[in-house]
Amino acid sequence: MSAYIIRRMLYAIPILIGINLITFVLFFVVNSPDDMALMQLGSKHTTELQIEDWKRERGYHLPLLYNAEQSGLAAVTETIFYQKSAKLFVFDFGSSDSGRDIGYDISQRMWPSLALAIPTLLVGLLVTITLALTIAFFRGTYIDYWAVIICVALISISSLFYIIGGQFLIGKLLKIVPISGFDTGLHALKFMILPVLIGIVGGIGSNTRWYRTIFLEEINKDYVRTARSKGLSEQMVLFKHVLRNALIPILTGVVVVLPLLFMGSLLTENFFGIPGLGSYTIDAINRQDFAIVRAMVFLGSVLYIIGLVLTDISYTLVDPRIRLS
Amino acid sequence: MSIQPTFLITDLLFFALTISLIAFVFVVRKRPHLSRPWSQVLKSTTGSVSLMILLFYYAIALVDSVHFHPRVAQATESQYQYSSEVHSLLDVLMTPMRSRMEKTFSAPLATHSFAKEMMQNEAGQLQRDYPRLNYGGAHLAQPEDQKAADIISISLQASAQALFYWALIWLFMLWLYSQRNNQGLATLLANVLKAKTTYPLRAIAITSAVLMLLTVVSMQLGQHYHLFGTDKVGQDVFYQAVKSVRTGILIGVLTTLITLPLAILLGALAGFFRGWVDDVIQYIYTTLNSIPHVLLIAAAVLLLQVYMSGHADDFDSLTERADLRLLFLCLILGITSWTGLCRLLRAETFKLREMEYIQAAEAFGVSKFKILMRHVMPNFMHIVIISVVLDFSGLVLAEAVLSYINIGVDPSMNSWGNMINQARLEMARDPIVWWSLSAAFVFMFTLVLFANLFADVVRDALDPRVVRGEQ
Repeated sequence: MSAYIIRRMLYAIPILIGINLITFVLFFVVNSPDDMALMQLGSKHTTELQIEDWKRERGYHLPLLYNAEQSGLAAVTETIFYQKSAKLFVFDFGSSDSGRDIGYDISQRMWPSLALAIPTLLVGLLVTITLALTIAFFRGTYIDYWAVIICVALISISSLFYIIGGQFLIGKLLKIVPISGFDTGLHALKFMILPVLIGIVGGIGSNTRWYRTIFLEEINKDYVRTARSKGLSEQMVLFKHVLRNALIPILTGVVVVLPLLFMGSLLTENFFGIPGLGSYTIDAINRQDFAIVRAMVFLGSVLYIIGLVLTDISYTLVDPRIRLS
Repeated sequence: MSIQPTFLITDLLFFALTISLIAFVFVVRKRPHLSRPWSQVLKSTTGSVSLMILLFYYAIALVDSVHFHPRVAQATESQYQYSSEVHSLLDVLMTPMRSRMEKTFSAPLATHSFAKEMMQNEAGQLQRDYPRLNYGGAHLAQPEDQKAADIISISLQASAQALFYWALIWLFMLWLYSQRNNQGLATLLANVLKAKTTYPLRAIAITSAVLMLLTVVSMQLGQHYHLFGTDKVGQDVFYQAVKSVRTGILIGVLTTLITLPLAILLGALAGFFRGWVDDVIQYIYTTLNSIPHVLLIAAAVLLLQVYMSGHADDFDSLTERADLRLLFLCLILGITSWTGLCRLLRAETFKLREMEYIQAAEAFGVSKFKILMRHVMPNFMHIVIISVVLDFSGLVLAEAVLSYINIGVDPSMNSWGNMINQARLEMARDPIVWWSLSAAFVFMFTLVLFANLFADVVRDALDPRVVRGEQ
């Protein structure tokens, strides 16, 4: 087992290198640091000197891959690639274009993102699995037919409207909870209710439909027929046999997103002013802070790959038929 | 010529795509094994109704893609001057709505502005009141008393017109149909009314009636009112929402120009040749897929902004610049979204390669290229079509989200995302400015909903086995 896990993790290394190269090419080769400087300083009335200073302050003045002025190892280390890209591998994100330490910011902003994402995921799972099981119970009837249509309609609503609608209805019209903001500790609770609720409602359409197909696939299998022919009641069949077996694909599907929960939700955090990593990213995009965007691209990819590895492992754990080859 | 036609790059691509779509329809019609699933799509009520609504949107986008520079003034006898502005055929059709600018916000069908202003009343005193709009309901002398009656009478007249032409067109088409099939018009009509035709003609007729009614009534009302009100700078919201159709449709269809070649070629190669080719291609798509899509798009669009601000002189007009940005967005959306299809096609090619008929072809000495083109690719095309139709609605939704984060289409371009983005800032107003949001919602929801419904029908018809478990 541990050999398998180690092999699986080694397999991730070339992918990480690939991602690193892509971000390097995107951020430093396609556009030179001069272009970035011009963009930040404005193209009019900007002197060469100002551009040089801007680049020097942020360490962009070095050559890209090979520093001919240095000798020995320094020829490789005193380059943008080593300083900015290679260091990402050890999670040294450096400082943002405005001079803040990105690693520190991430470690601070991770927690509000998690505080929002975890309840959304858990309660959402509970709600959608319940709904999907109910629909599966009524399969083939008008309830099933209309439930699927409602799910399609819910999928067709842009996530923007869920947020705007929720803010308007609950925050502004009914004035139950504050529209946006955040607080420390337990006081954060009243700010969390609305975004969590909207996150859950926004996911109902697609997840319920998806889980319904999983349940229906499971219901048509032979062991279910056996269970029925034993004389078990429909409820018993659904809860004891179908639900348990259908949970395998559902939960392994959830595993892949677990690490990404750290990244937070871009839209929700932005709308509700929650100081998580999602709003951090959006702010960076709007301020055109390339250092932060680069760090987040790499972090997101790493988390995704961890999710893939975890998924593989969880498959082998829940399904003994899958051999570790 | 009083106009100078001009072609934006996206226009040309869109036309090319439309022509190939039409060619595809002709090819499919001739081959029974290809046309059977499609006729199943058309026989389902949901399928043909959604297709009709999608075609309606598509037609708006097409009309909006015929661009030209209008002539402004005649400098000399032989020389005309053309405006640097780019207009489309749709702008001409919607002229009053495009050009009638109010000062600022006004509610749907309002005759008075949304905000109070200092005005002089008859007695010459200054007082704060809601001023009359420049155009909305300007033909009414006493708007308070006449407005409701006027709106009703315009709507009724327009509805009568629409229904008259609708009935005329349908009667003519049914008459043609009955002549061709040697069927009495009366029996045909009875069958249509009872929904006993092979294709759901009754549902199609009702849908076309609704579309016609909505079009004619909104166009007629739009001549005198602002149907969905006006936005902050006084522009007609209905006009904006209709103009946004092109952006949404284009994002949805042009992206396939990138995804399909990449996915089909790489997927087929990986599945067919296996070995190191497969390893390389798998590596490419796993790596690309690992990068969070929003972030990759954000990075790419940021870099585009850097490029555009550095090369501002290369673009003739704002429209051209916005157009290139739209194209670039399609490109980057395509690059992030081909991986899923590629993986499906690779797996399918894997399966097909083991089939006896391929082995037979190999034994006969058919070249590898020919086997790929003639025996492998045609057999996974249903997956390609299903995936294209399934992805369309997601792309339309993605446009709105991306535009909201400012990494979508150019802010000067009409799009639902931009409409939402601008309207959101007005959420805090009291009373709330709801019409921009509602207009964007109605237009986008309709398109995405019917695209989703259509996709479901197509998936069921073309292949019930694949892509089922996928989200």
